[in-house]
Amino acid sequence: MSTLDDKAKEVSAEAVDEAETESPTEVNEKKQDNGPWGYIILFFIIGFAASLVIGWGIFPKVLYSQKKQPIDFNHVLHVAAVEEGCESCHFFREDGSFSGVPKLAQCVECHEEVQGEDPNEAKFVEEYVAKGREVPWLVYSKQPDCVFFSHIAHVNMGKMECDTCHGHIGESTHSKVYEENRITGYSRDIWGKNIAGLKKNTWDRMKMDDCAECHAENKAVPKTVETLPWPISWMPRPYEKPASSQVRVQIDKDACFVCHK
Amino acid sequence: MKEEHKHVKTKKYGMVIDLDKCTGCGSCMVACMSENNVPFKKDETNKLDSITWLRIYKLTNGKKFPETDICYIPRPCMQCEGEHGHAPCVSVCPATATDYNHETGIVSQIYTRCFGCRYCMAACPYHARYFNWWDPVWPDGMEKSLSPNVSPRMRGVVEKCSFCFHRYQLAKNKAYAQGRRELKEDEYQTACTQACPAGAITFGDLNNHNHAVYKLAKPDNKHGGRPRNPNAFRLLEKLGTNPKVYYLSTREWVRRAGDNYIKDEGKLEHH
Repeated sequence: MSTLDDKAKEVSAEAVDEAETESPTEVNEKKQDNGPWGYIILFFIIGFAASLVIGWGIFPKVLYSQKKQPIDFNHVLHVAAVEEGCESCHFFREDGSFSGVPKLAQCVECHEEVQGEDPNEAKFVEEYVAKGREVPWLVYSKQPDCVFFSHIAHVNMGKMECDTCHGHIGESTHSKVYEENRITGYSRDIWGKNIAGLKKNTWDRMKMDDCAECHAENKAVPKTVETLPWPISWMPRPYEKPASSQVRVQIDKDACFVCHK
Repeated sequence: MKEEHKHVKTKKYGMVIDLDKCTGCGSCMVACMSENNVPFKKDETNKLDSITWLRIYKLTNGKKFPETDICYIPRPCMQCEGEHGHAPCVSVCPATATDYNHETGIVSQIYTRCFGCRYCMAACPYHARYFNWWDPVWPDGMEKSLSPNVSPRMRGVVEKCSFCFHRYQLAKNKAYAQGRRELKEDEYQTACTQACPAGAITFGDLNNHNHAVYKLAKPDNKHGGRPRNPNAFRLLEKLGTNPKVYYLSTREWVRRAGDNYIKDEGKLEHH
């Protein structure tokens, strides 16, 4: 009776025999062997390139649908015309809530009749003012239902500038295209333009990490690491505890409830 | 920005419910459900899977006709503090979806973090937590009457009473508009408190000696918040959950019904 080991030896011995018998033609075959390997590498490179193009170029394009605002709004023109600057339209109500995108009633104060020759102006008065319909503005910065955000806590109490999060919208002459994520339904301004998730300005993205980054930078981390070339959220935890109980968002464990509802 | 943030006193929001005043009318339950977008089904006969953040239970003293007595007991989430915030549900949550907020003393529930393992439901001795077995379906047109301040929950997550936390956030906003950081007592009140026609529910900060809840329950904050008012009691006090909902009753059998006792336990203590 032969054991398994014996069998294995026999097989390997046969393999050696075969290899020896093939040796005279070895040199010729090696040249031909290069052929399939070349194809494999070529196929890999093509596949790799294709997946890169699909992943970084085509998919992001397919993922977001492009929508136009109902009216092309010129911020520069309006800021010059109103008296109190941004706050003429974007103001805090008495109960501390933020007005956000103005309602039709506010626009009507000036736009009861067509002013100037802009076709957008005519469209606005005809379709919305005359009919008393609210303009279905698309809100670039609209957050999910589960997010509670207090503008007054940041602007009045935190003394933050609007453009830190919203960018220099007041300097725009046209409404930019609204890109909607086809799967989630959220604006692309939340995830950011850069598909890799890199950002150059504070207003490039509006994800939870971006809120957290600012909160951590301002409250939790000693000054010595504020000049790091990478986001502060990459720093190992635990962060240094802030002095105030007000701003512990993303720093203390029990802080989720501050922004989630 | 940094200098602006002065230390704000930590709050311990709590509730005192006077059971002698409660008529069991259910206004608080209705107010709670509409305030917090609590989902309901066409057929709510199976109470095991219906959701009621605030639920009224009926107690009887079990005696025959002349001595028979009943008591209705509304049960919101007790917002247990345990010891240093170790509420029964908080310590078992594997997702940190529920947590004890030291700023307000409210036990949070973050629906987007919850993945529905229901450990917290098993841990909660008060049955105050509910699981969403279905996505909420509202009758036609009712979606328009939902509160925009409370996010609706999806299938597969646990939910519970939050002491109307969104009202706290809105009250904070209003205070900020006036340049204040501290809230007044009447600025933050839960929906059930305001809905109770008998005025049985009182809500406020248990750390603040000027608030009505403190005066009613007289909590001994150094000893796990035990009430010093002899008529006040908490549900399952012996478990050490340190709940922030106090009940008042002048009837002894009601106070005894708030906890479990061995037979003749009270009598043994006198020996």
